[in-house]
Amino acid sequence: MSNSKNTGRIKHLKQQFAFGIFRLFSLMVVAILFFILAFIIVRGAKVISWNFLTGMPEEGMTKGGIFPAIVGTFLLVIGSLLFTFPVGVLSAIYTNEYMKDSWYKRFIKLMTNNLAGIPSIVFGLFGMSLFVNTLGFGDSIIAGSLTLGLLTLPVVIRTTEEALKSIDNSFREGSYALGATKLQTIRKVVLPMAFPNIITGLILSVGRVSGETAPILFTVAAYFLPKLPHSIFDQVMALPYHLYVISTSGTNVEESRPMAYGTALVLIAIVLLVNILANALRRYFSKKVKMN
Amino acid sequence: MSLIIETKDVNLYYGDFHALKGISMEMQPNTVTAFIGPSGCGKSTYLRLFNRMNDLIDAVKITGTINIDGKNVYEKGVDIVELRRKVGMVFQKPNPFPKTIFENIAYGLRVNGVGDKHFIEDRVERSLKQAALWEEVKDKLKKSAFELSGGQQQRLCIARALAIEPTILLMDEPASALDPISTSKIEELIHELKKNYTILIVTHNMQQAARVSDATAFFYLGNLVEFGTTKDIFTHPNDIKTQNYITGRFG
Repeated sequence: MSNSKNTGRIKHLKQQFAFGIFRLFSLMVVAILFFILAFIIVRGAKVISWNFLTGMPEEGMTKGGIFPAIVGTFLLVIGSLLFTFPVGVLSAIYTNEYMKDSWYKRFIKLMTNNLAGIPSIVFGLFGMSLFVNTLGFGDSIIAGSLTLGLLTLPVVIRTTEEALKSIDNSFREGSYALGATKLQTIRKVVLPMAFPNIITGLILSVGRVSGETAPILFTVAAYFLPKLPHSIFDQVMALPYHLYVISTSGTNVEESRPMAYGTALVLIAIVLLVNILANALRRYFSKKVKMN
Repeated sequence: MSLIIETKDVNLYYGDFHALKGISMEMQPNTVTAFIGPSGCGKSTYLRLFNRMNDLIDAVKITGTINIDGKNVYEKGVDIVELRRKVGMVFQKPNPFPKTIFENIAYGLRVNGVGDKHFIEDRVERSLKQAALWEEVKDKLKKSAFELSGGQQQRLCIARALAIEPTILLMDEPASALDPISTSKIEELIHELKKNYTILIVTHNMQQAARVSDATAFFYLGNLVEFGTTKDIFTHPNDIKTQNYITGRFG
């Protein structure tokens, strides 16, 4: 009797021990995140000012603001979405709604997944070779946007496919049974229902685009360019690259350190804001879908 | 108005699986024909031949002829969209679109090119009345169809099918997901609709088949075991398998 009581207690202790470890690690994740955020906020908040957000960099980027880099990142996000959204969504619609199960479809899916695994610096090299040199765009917003667009394409395709797959077939059948064509069914039933989840793919890609450095290194980013672009064939500064420059190869790395933290803070804040905005959009659309 | 439906030696394969084995049958206009049989016997697959719903599944092969008013619906060049407008369908699980009640009914008209606002409004009202749902929803046509109960949703789906004025109505276990009260409403509706439509219905419920249908077909393992008037099938079936099934000895 007492023996079985003991095993019971040991079991209980083991259980507690396991729970403790799980809890510890999950707390660690939160702690790491908070530490990084606090570190950036404490060091970066000092330099944040109206002039920092809206001014041009001055004195070898040790003083002044980061306005051109903010604008540049913003333009690159928009530009890459303009490319990746239609291409990604249309291609996902084709593979998910039109293609029959075949080796060809599996091949396309495999290639899409492989695309997601390519290091971003390779995209940068490819973008330089194709957009900057072969197509002759030069270092420009359009070359950078397209390169970033290629990079996020797999994310958009995969999330769109998941969104389409999650729509129960009974809705498609219901539409076909009323004499709707495939195109009508996709446009009027499937896409509106999948739309809130397709937005998720966009959120993910915006986060990635605004933080990527390697793909813009050879395709668009300017080391120092204290003015705003006039056309899509101009170069721009961008936040992640600016951060890299003033931390490693600026005129005076030590003196521009506070500027680097300020830049990091702005970058994080932008990603956070976009996420919040996109989530609000998604909620808005999921409500709208039911009412339509 | 309503048309004779007949199938001659129809075989259907899902890949290597022989799901329907040489089915030949004839169904009369303005009658209700029930397809009964245990799960996997092929009755739903058979029903889905008439509006070519099986086309949506990869690797399906169909042989034989399925005639509606003397025309083979599987012939080359048949307009599937036109066929589905003529042969409406109600599914097992209510599947209204995530749109308003009004737009759910209007959908079928809109995709078929009807744009006239008054025409659509009239047709929506008429279809909802035909489906015995008008009184319950007339004040909330702009509300989401998802706010309706399961039984109301199913009647909405029936109204949606009726709105495009089909001549044949396919019903795939339309009451299996519903409570008894909703079920009896749907059954009353079937009686009413029979006057204007030819109805083919798949059901798991023997009493329902006996109550609503004029003719009954018993399917087993892809074969049509027995087909006759509902009265004959339920009172003195010829085949021992039919008798065992309807008396609940297997299923």
